[in-house]
Amino acid sequence: MSTAVARRSTLPGFGLTMGLTLTWLSVIILIPLAALFLKTFELSLDQFWSIVTSRRTLNALKISFGLSFAAACVNLVTGTIIVWALVRYRFPGRRLFDAIVDIPFALPTAVAGVALTQLFAQKGWLGAPLAELGIKVAFTPIGIFIAMIFIGIPFVVRTVQPVLIDLDPEIEEAAASLGANRWHTVFRVILPSLIPALLTGFALAFARAIGEYGSVIFIAGNLPNVSEIAPLLIVIRLSEFRYADATAIAVVMLVASFLIIFLINRLQRWAQARIPVH
Amino acid sequence: MSMQTGLATSTTQLRTYAPATDVSVAAPAPRLDVARTEPVTTLRNPRTEPGPIRLIIIALAIAFLSVFVVLPLVVVFASALSKGVVAYFAALAEPEALAAIKLTLLIAAISVMLNLVFGVVAAWAISKFEFNGKTFLITLIDLPFSVSPVISGLVFVLLFGAQGYLGPWLQAHNVHILFAVPGIALATIFVTFPFVARALIPLMQEQGTQEEEAAISLGASGLQTFFRVTLPNIKWGLLYGVLLCNARAMGEFGAVSVVSGHIRGETNTMPLLVEILYNEYQFVASFAIASLLAMLALITLVAKTVLERRLDEAEVPDGD
Repeated sequence: MSTAVARRSTLPGFGLTMGLTLTWLSVIILIPLAALFLKTFELSLDQFWSIVTSRRTLNALKISFGLSFAAACVNLVTGTIIVWALVRYRFPGRRLFDAIVDIPFALPTAVAGVALTQLFAQKGWLGAPLAELGIKVAFTPIGIFIAMIFIGIPFVVRTVQPVLIDLDPEIEEAAASLGANRWHTVFRVILPSLIPALLTGFALAFARAIGEYGSVIFIAGNLPNVSEIAPLLIVIRLSEFRYADATAIAVVMLVASFLIIFLINRLQRWAQARIPVH
Repeated sequence: MSMQTGLATSTTQLRTYAPATDVSVAAPAPRLDVARTEPVTTLRNPRTEPGPIRLIIIALAIAFLSVFVVLPLVVVFASALSKGVVAYFAALAEPEALAAIKLTLLIAAISVMLNLVFGVVAAWAISKFEFNGKTFLITLIDLPFSVSPVISGLVFVLLFGAQGYLGPWLQAHNVHILFAVPGIALATIFVTFPFVARALIPLMQEQGTQEEEAAISLGASGLQTFFRVTLPNIKWGLLYGVLLCNARAMGEFGAVSVVSGHIRGETNTMPLLVEILYNEYQFVASFAIASLLAMLALITLVAKTVLERRLDEAEVPDGD
């Protein structure tokens, strides 16, 4: 590698491309994000605290974080089932369903929002039979939960898939030949080696659901303190020209998602340290 | 983020290929590959579950994906066509709909072009040179992926809004950024910022610098080297990044919603019009626009699958 480093410097354009990269990055990402923190520092600690701990804000944050966590848990379980079926079994339509996993990511969020609402509304294809059972989904917190499950589907599947494909078959064979039954092999041998990928997928789905706006607001009902998510409260505060309130909520959410990313990076490092280099 | 794992997958596969062949050359140990061959007799395959459990897992996976993913997609097209084909096309021919389609195409063109240039430039700096803080720079480029769309819009309101840092100056000079095309473009560029760079960086790192160095040493200029040597090598990866960038640019809702001001016929993109029409109970019109966006998503997915296969094919011989 050391010779490669020496040879790399013979290519032209480092100064120019690096300069352009840093300039563009600053103009589009860093300066706008800095404005957010600058705005927050205009608030006194008391002001910031009273905004963040006001009943409506607190409830919106609870709804966003709580339901995101619950939805990510569902994604963890269903994602594991889906990725297992896609990687380990052969069935008709497997490749099609493999491609379908990406739809929640590719479909514009507003489209997903109106589609889920239509589907789960009182007269919708799924809403009508559920209403007969006495379950109301659309315009309740359950609707938010459903929308968050929808957008989180690809994450666990796509983070675990490459790991499960690359898993050394000899480990399983060894476990089986040493007398472990299939149940033991799966839960004691295979799943533990998938844990870093599973947790990464979980964290990504969790982070995505916290910030999600488009696919949630249509089905949510948006009742303050009941079914109002934090991103929507930001939009409402902005429309009331209460910039300080909007900014304070945004900072709480941003710091939370940075913490999750930090956690994901640590997870990845932990995973790389655990898996011996081939 | 997840759509990029296709690229990540192909590179990890590539990385595991090379050492595996090295080992087999060094020590061609015959391995009992029970799992790979289908059992002809009733001998239990140690790498799979009993039949009924297999069926249950497959059924659960298919049922979940059908209810949560396929059904919403079907609802979009069924609702759009619920009053017939004529009503569908009439809804799309409304001046408001046409204005939204035009604006969406314009915004996508602006943000894809700018992010294309930036993505290539950033990927060149990051993948062809060694420097301190590279990981940190990549983290910064990735940042928009982890910011809520609403916050991505909010930051531009804080900069350019009436009470924002640059608001008074802009007003004094009669420059319109917020609630106008520049603001929508900026918010879209923000959320689509990482796509092209992230598609190119792993690819160009994998390819190294030898071919470019050869071209330079033979007297080619920097630009000649890029267009004749690098570009042909990265064209599929570039197209992949542009594809994902475009899909997100056309479909972005949250960030654009915050900066657009929802001026009818002027600052409404297609996703925003979907919202407005839906809230006005104009379901056919709303889902007609939504169906165009859903088709964009489906086309993007098909093209992505094709490109991933091309990228795999292009990469494997390179690795040897």
